[in-house]
Amino acid sequence: MDAKEVYASLEKLFPDKVRDFKPEVREPYLFVDPAAIVEVCRFLCSAPGFRFEVLSDLTALDWPKEEKIQIVYHLFSYSYNHQIVLKVDLPRHNPRVATVENVWKVANWFEREVYDLFGVIFEGHSDLRRIMLPEDWVGYPLRKDYVEEEEYDGISTQRAPLVEKLLR
Amino acid sequence: MKPLINSLPETVFTTKVDDLLNWGRASSQWYMLFGLACCAIELMQTGGPRADLDRFGAVPRATPRQSDLMIVAGTLTYKMAKRTKLLYDQMPDPKYVISMGSCSNCGGLFQLAYSVCKGVDKIVPVDVYVPGCPPRPEALTEGLLRIQDKMMRERWLVKPAKTAEKQPSA
Repeated sequence: MDAKEVYASLEKLFPDKVRDFKPEVREPYLFVDPAAIVEVCRFLCSAPGFRFEVLSDLTALDWPKEEKIQIVYHLFSYSYNHQIVLKVDLPRHNPRVATVENVWKVANWFEREVYDLFGVIFEGHSDLRRIMLPEDWVGYPLRKDYVEEEEYDGISTQRAPLVEKLLR
Repeated sequence: MKPLINSLPETVFTTKVDDLLNWGRASSQWYMLFGLACCAIELMQTGGPRADLDRFGAVPRATPRQSDLMIVAGTLTYKMAKRTKLLYDQMPDPKYVISMGSCSNCGGLFQLAYSVCKGVDKIVPVDVYVPGCPPRPEALTEGLLRIQDKMMRERWLVKPAKTAEKQPSA
């Protein structure tokens, strides 16, 4: 089943919840209503003919001009060797979306990573902590407006350029 | 009566106690395994049979409590920086640090990243910087020999509080 057929079936089953299908790119994607993401994912994961058993990746994009944060779900099926990409737009000032941890277990760590770097809150997540950065880190570094702190825990984050020293 | 000085011509020599101590220390510097990134591969290569750090008496230890030398090999993140300071504090005096590779010298390729510490000298005092990305085994061996030179110049009996002067550079 190719991406077009997937989208056609989704459109029938979830009217008004899916939109803006882009088939001409290498990895075709479609947009899903944030409120319906769990429902759509559960369907895609288990419905016969679809069987997207794997969440290959879950990541995010920051669009400061459009005032939105986009969550991207890369789905893949070993059974049928087909794939699809789902996108969800969230408001940038309060990005919240339901977790898909109960659909794919691997989403637990992916969502923690997105929380760590973008500050997206995944509602219903069992263990929403920072996964890579230290617990006491301030800010979300992959947001476009992130400014590095002067120092972290007493360690200066600044270093004078070496060239100026040599020119002196 | 025969003069004492020529009775054992091959087996006696005189030296200073300082030199003897330094010679012992310089010929048996145990370095702590501290590979953080790709430089660790080159560190292993230096310990391997071709470059062979063992012939200078340097053997790897897996614990800071038995180590004299810390070779910081690789990119240091802020999260790791705190652990590095802890491990350095656990090493017994006298202790030395080699900063191996661009990343631990100044942050290197990753110095503009939000999570990378801009040089290990921000947290612990460094004795020898080895440049390179990563440095070849020959370069690291040269760094070790420089540490040996530095050890041979120490005067422990004259100035016992030598290590107190070392401070991390700002």
